[in-house]
Amino acid sequence: MNPVEVSASETVDIRIDQDVVRVRQKMRALAVTAALTLVDQTKVVTAASELARNTLIYGGGGQAVLELVQRSPTKGVRISFTDQGPGIADIALALTDGYTTGGGLGLGLSGARRLVDEFELESAPGAGTTVVITKWGR
Amino acid sequence: MDRVPILKLGRTLLVSIQIDLQDATALALQEDLSERIVATGARGVLIDISAVEIVDSFIGRMLSTIAAVSRVLDAETVVVGMRPAVAITLVELGLSLGGVRTALDVEKGLKLLAAAVETEPDELAGEAD
Amino acid sequence: MAEFGSEHLSETIDLRQADILARWVEAVAASSRGRITHSELTAELTPILEAIVAALGSGGRRTDGAGFAEVRALLAELSRSRARQGFSPTETATSVFALKQSILDSGASSTSTERLVEYLNLSRLLDELALFTFETYAEARDRIISQQAEEMLELSTPVVKLWQGIVAVPLVGTLDSARTQVVTEKLLQTLVDTGSEHAIIDITGVPAVDTQVAQHLLKTVVAARLMGADCIISGIRPQIAQTIVALGIEFGDIATKATLADALVLALRKSGVTRLDAAEAQ
Repeated sequence: MNPVEVSASETVDIRIDQDVVRVRQKMRALAVTAALTLVDQTKVVTAASELARNTLIYGGGGQAVLELVQRSPTKGVRISFTDQGPGIADIALALTDGYTTGGGLGLGLSGARRLVDEFELESAPGAGTTVVITKWGR
Repeated sequence: MDRVPILKLGRTLLVSIQIDLQDATALALQEDLSERIVATGARGVLIDISAVEIVDSFIGRMLSTIAAVSRVLDAETVVVGMRPAVAITLVELGLSLGGVRTALDVEKGLKLLAAAVETEPDELAGEAD
Repeated sequence: MAEFGSEHLSETIDLRQADILARWVEAVAASSRGRITHSELTAELTPILEAIVAALGSGGRRTDGAGFAEVRALLAELSRSRARQGFSPTETATSVFALKQSILDSGASSTSTERLVEYLNLSRLLDELALFTFETYAEARDRIISQQAEEMLELSTPVVKLWQGIVAVPLVGTLDSARTQVVTEKLLQTLVDTGSEHAIIDITGVPAVDTQVAQHLLKTVVAARLMGADCIISGIRPQIAQTIVALGIEFGDIATKATLADALVLALRKSGVTRLDAAEAQ
């Protein structure tokens, strides 16, 4: 497998409500640059929206790093979310459908995972959370 | 923070979402709608999402909540104009939007509501002019 | 550098340009077996030869350097053109290799002892250019193939309008993940474009249905419903019905009909179209 090259990196601070919207907009622009199909764009932006909100609400705020990636000749987008929040105690449980600690449909983690090609999650109680998702063009 | 405008068309309230909604704006819309339903005695709510590019679990929840609250207030809700990419993504996300009736466009949505609102279609058309 | 001899080569090639060009065109024409005319080739190869002369004249020693940029651009265009016309990769690379012999035959270069280093450098340069041509040809071909694959995928999934507000997708052949996605997207977009509230997905022409295909079909139906339209699945053969049950796939409240005709009748009824029986009409 060819190595992954990274270009066009951008960092977004997630502190307030409006930042989730900013992440969506920047993710969309990047997905367009990577020439993803409309459906794939929609999927990855929706996943990013879920994770950005998680970072804000459950992580107490954090950061998103958006990157344009390439594994020749395919282009893709990657976004990493980090927070220094309480962390997830039971990751396996958090990734099952319908799991939630707050009111509503759950952390959205399992749903977001289905929308993307690559999904990495690192978290531990008291150690914050990092989620990295990647979506490749067809 | 912008508030989403709510229009009145006879006994139906019309909402057209044209902007990328912040969470707070979505919550404000929920509240505004419930208040307007009670204030106007509206029997139908039509939400046009044809300009909406992203529906995540929060917005999905908002739509379900609006439908549920409206029903308690004796009004029927229809969501119209969902884009194909959004529909495909919602299915993948696992969001079923239970309790929310949908229609392809505003015209079909109003027709659906006409039955529920028990108002003559002509009356609605008259008010729309 | 005198030893490299690029400036000297540039002069000698320039002097004999007409002759070299004629030999080159002849050689390429022969290998292309009449698919390109002499005049077309002359028009195509003349700027390339001139660009090589210029590149050598400026002391260019590396084909990947700025001096050869013009040459590379022209060769890339040649590759793309050959790829589009269906020439083989060898035929395309041969076009460049043939230049070497043409230059030798014209006397612009020679393998005599004092000119050997010069010739070897020329040989290396032209070899590199030929390889570059081969590379760009391969890229162009890949792009054409994936474009054609996409077009084929589009063509093989027609969505037809059966009635006002009713569309049908007759699926034929094996359904893989990629194809089902294209079908779903096309069907949903057609529902929006035509304002149709009913879609019939006919799988008569689908030989086998496995769990993945069945799930894709289910997702398509759910997506259509989310948008405010309804789907009927028709053409389910006995074997497929048994497979579906055996796999434990629940079609729930999704309407299914044995034939496309039955599905159309159902869709018409749902649309509120009243149908007069032949008997009743009398």
